[in-house]
Amino acid sequence: MESATQDVQIRDQLATELLSIVGADAVVTDNEALRPFECDGLTAYRELPLMVVLPASIAEVRKVLKTCSRLGIPVVTRGAGTGLSGGALPNPDGVLLSLTRMKRILSVDADAKTARVEPGVTNLAISEAVKHLGLYYAPDPSSQIACSIGGNVAENSGGVHCLKYGLTVHNILELKVVTVDGELLTVGSEALDSPGFDLLALMTGSEGMLGVVVEVLVKLLSIPPVAQVVMAAFDSVERAGEAVAAVIGGGILPAGLEMMDSYAISAVEDFVKAGYPVDAAAILLCELDGHAAEVEEQIARVETIFNSQGATGTWVAKDRATRDRFWSGRKAAFPAVGRISPDYYCIDGTIPRRQLGKVLVEISKLSNEFGLRVANVFHAGDGNLHPLILYDANNAGELELTEELGNRILELCVEVGGTVTGEHGVGVEKLRPMCLQFEDAVLEQFHQVKAALDPNSLLNPGKAVPTLARCAEFGAMHVHRGQLPHSDLERF
Amino acid sequence: MADNDLKGEFLEIVRSAFERSEKLRIEGSGTKSFYGNPVVATPLDVSRHSGIVSYEPSELVITARAGTRLSEINARLAESRQMLGFEPPWFGGQATLGGTIACGLSGPRRPYAGSARDFVLGVSCISGKGEYLAFGGQVIKNVAGYDVSRLMVGALGALGVICEVSLKVLPQPEVETTRVLEFDKETARAQMVRICKLPLPLSGMSFWGGLLRIRLSGTENGVRAAEQTIGGETDETGVEYWHQLREHELNFFNRNQSLWRLSVPATAPVLGLGDDCLLDWGGALRWIYTDHAPQTVFQTAKKMGGHATMFRPDNGWPNGRFSALDEPSKGIHMRLKSAFDPKGILNPGILYAYV
Ligand SMILES: Cc1cc2nc3c(=O)[nH]c(=O)nc-3n(C[C@H](O)[C@H](O)[C@H](O)COP(=O)(O)OP(=O)(O)OC[C@H]3O[C@@H](n4cnc5c(N)ncnc54)[C@H](O)[C@@H]3O)c2cc1C
Repeated sequence: MESATQDVQIRDQLATELLSIVGADAVVTDNEALRPFECDGLTAYRELPLMVVLPASIAEVRKVLKTCSRLGIPVVTRGAGTGLSGGALPNPDGVLLSLTRMKRILSVDADAKTARVEPGVTNLAISEAVKHLGLYYAPDPSSQIACSIGGNVAENSGGVHCLKYGLTVHNILELKVVTVDGELLTVGSEALDSPGFDLLALMTGSEGMLGVVVEVLVKLLSIPPVAQVVMAAFDSVERAGEAVAAVIGGGILPAGLEMMDSYAISAVEDFVKAGYPVDAAAILLCELDGHAAEVEEQIARVETIFNSQGATGTWVAKDRATRDRFWSGRKAAFPAVGRISPDYYCIDGTIPRRQLGKVLVEISKLSNEFGLRVANVFHAGDGNLHPLILYDANNAGELELTEELGNRILELCVEVGGTVTGEHGVGVEKLRPMCLQFEDAVLEQFHQVKAALDPNSLLNPGKAVPTLARCAEFGAMHVHRGQLPHSDLERF
Repeated sequence: MADNDLKGEFLEIVRSAFERSEKLRIEGSGTKSFYGNPVVATPLDVSRHSGIVSYEPSELVITARAGTRLSEINARLAESRQMLGFEPPWFGGQATLGGTIACGLSGPRRPYAGSARDFVLGVSCISGKGEYLAFGGQVIKNVAGYDVSRLMVGALGALGVICEVSLKVLPQPEVETTRVLEFDKETARAQMVRICKLPLPLSGMSFWGGLLRIRLSGTENGVRAAEQTIGGETDETGVEYWHQLREHELNFFNRNQSLWRLSVPATAPVLGLGDDCLLDWGGALRWIYTDHAPQTVFQTAKKMGGHATMFRPDNGWPNGRFSALDEPSKGIHMRLKSAFDPKGILNPGILYAYV
């Protein structure tokens, strides 16, 4: 009772203090108004925060963090909320720090090929703002019209072009980060390296656990004069997988190399009419970019490789419209699957590419075992697999079953030498498979890294790295999976 | 160099050093022993922990033990027409992978292909507590856990004894050629900034002795077309030039004088540190000899938007080698150091007195 009163007091004090920092229109406390913030792109998890705060400047973010630190209030940072692992899921006892009002492009330096932006700027807005200079920002997650650059940094996001152009970590130079106690930290610089530890690398992909990214200096690239796409159909996914290995082993580094299985192909074809061969077991989309002469040469070579690997058909997009149409299908793969199923669950494992055939066979076995359909979309060039599990949350128990299937697929990825998340992050979703991937000592070291920057664990507490106690619980569930409880007692 | 797995032995050494608070100086084959602040401690030789653990050309990934020589790695990659994308300097034929990653130095290709840390996918190391920890992995896309693998790059062993490294590798370009043009320094710098904005298959840009050299890498047709755009002449000694630049074997480096390394934005004008300067990385890396006081050099680099390193001191350099960190960064460095090495036994003081 007493503590409940105390809670209310702290909440009121917090609201009053935050209000004086950001103004009345930038603090949300009303339950109905809090609803839109209750989840990110992983909608199965929902929670209302104590309140949402929407600062408009670095100075305001610093004051908000100082206040929360002093009062011991957890802070969850939110960009655009498109994350797929629950990273921006609110903490019921904490503040949700939404950065959507910090969305200015502060400066563009065409000579240095950089842009300095606030964290709430969307990924695509950067490329649009510099297009007239012949420049663009390379990482292009499929969510690029909506996701924020701050979120991209926090997740180290990739896109279909990261085989050649890298992930977020390869395309940023400097970050301004507000630490949990409200200090302003600059990591990286306008130069290509910095003295001391590589904190820029540490911050990238740290899922809002180590600090709040409040400014990003991104690298820009020159728009390649020519980009071309070749599509190939195969009568088995294994063959398509071998074709991918042959292209890369053959010394070609495509700008993008994507695969879809037959189920994904037909979902997409029904939705956007991309012109995909619906009778194929798998298709590959391979994009090459650069100088016209170079691209022409390489497209021809890739086509030859595909044919020699047993492609049942190849199609080169001759013009911009066809190329866009080919890509539109890949980019619409998630919503297309969303159309044919009430719900879908996107898995994000990475595997060594040579294991693709084996992994897909296993996934299809698991799919039968669980009675849930799975469509596969694959960043084939870099081994990042996105099985989409189709389910209906309205059927009792189906979500749990889906999550279990997801876990089994991720276990498989770890077993073959891969990882439980290629680009979507751990968040709350992959805490359990993290226990499989890492030894206790490594998880413990992660906690110590966290403690070095956030000793009281106020930033996004409980996410990204499982506690050893939780892993022990999961381990227990593990042993019992598929067995009757206490089956060992039957002997008596 | 034979395959040799000594991680068990190292674990025991570090554990017992931890218990006795004994300081260790981690050593590869010593090719870069001039780099970083001197460390006075018991040597731990990791150069015998060697061998390529796995290499799959079609995966573009190689994993090798820390003591593996770069020469062995390069030879193995070359069999499949692949290479290390960041073109690391060796500074001697015995250079090891571990030392290369700990120093985090990258060669002329760095602005165009990426740095040592950009290519690191996984690092296994022994922490200062004597625990063997495997971070990252062997796949190109991996965001599980904090990116400690990349944090190890350039940390000079202060966070862990690097035992094994997985790297992304690149296909060798089909064709590589160098154009050479004559300019004065300021014009050359401006030219490099201009050329960098063009969509060309660049893989090196350096200016020294009145000559701007531009290396192009790609397919036959792509490179020929770029040559047209750039103009100038073919440099028949190009291959040699880039090698000697990477290895600091050019005449410029052949001096008994302390060598400064300035890493600054390519767009920063040359600021009064004298004229004795070689430009690499399209102007973003500047090697300088100067009689100015260390403080002046550090401050100038900062004003230019970058930092300075006393890279190769002439004997008896009494000062710190690296640009000072600001207070917030300093605090984080100290706390990270103690998270990995609570007793400060691994290469103490090699970066800063406090880590
Ligand atoms: C349809 C769809 C397609 C997608 N495709 C891709 C894809 O191709 N590749 C890919 O990598 N991802 C993809 N995603 C996932 C998602 O878009 C990315 O993870 C994105 O980077 C998240 O950005 P956001 O602004 O929405 O971040 P949010 O979801 O708001 O937050 C994500 C995480 O980052 C933290 N965070 C956000 N901003 C900051 C900040 N400024 N400082 C510190 N921490 C912060 C949050 O606390 C949270 O942990 C896709 C998502 C959807 C819905």
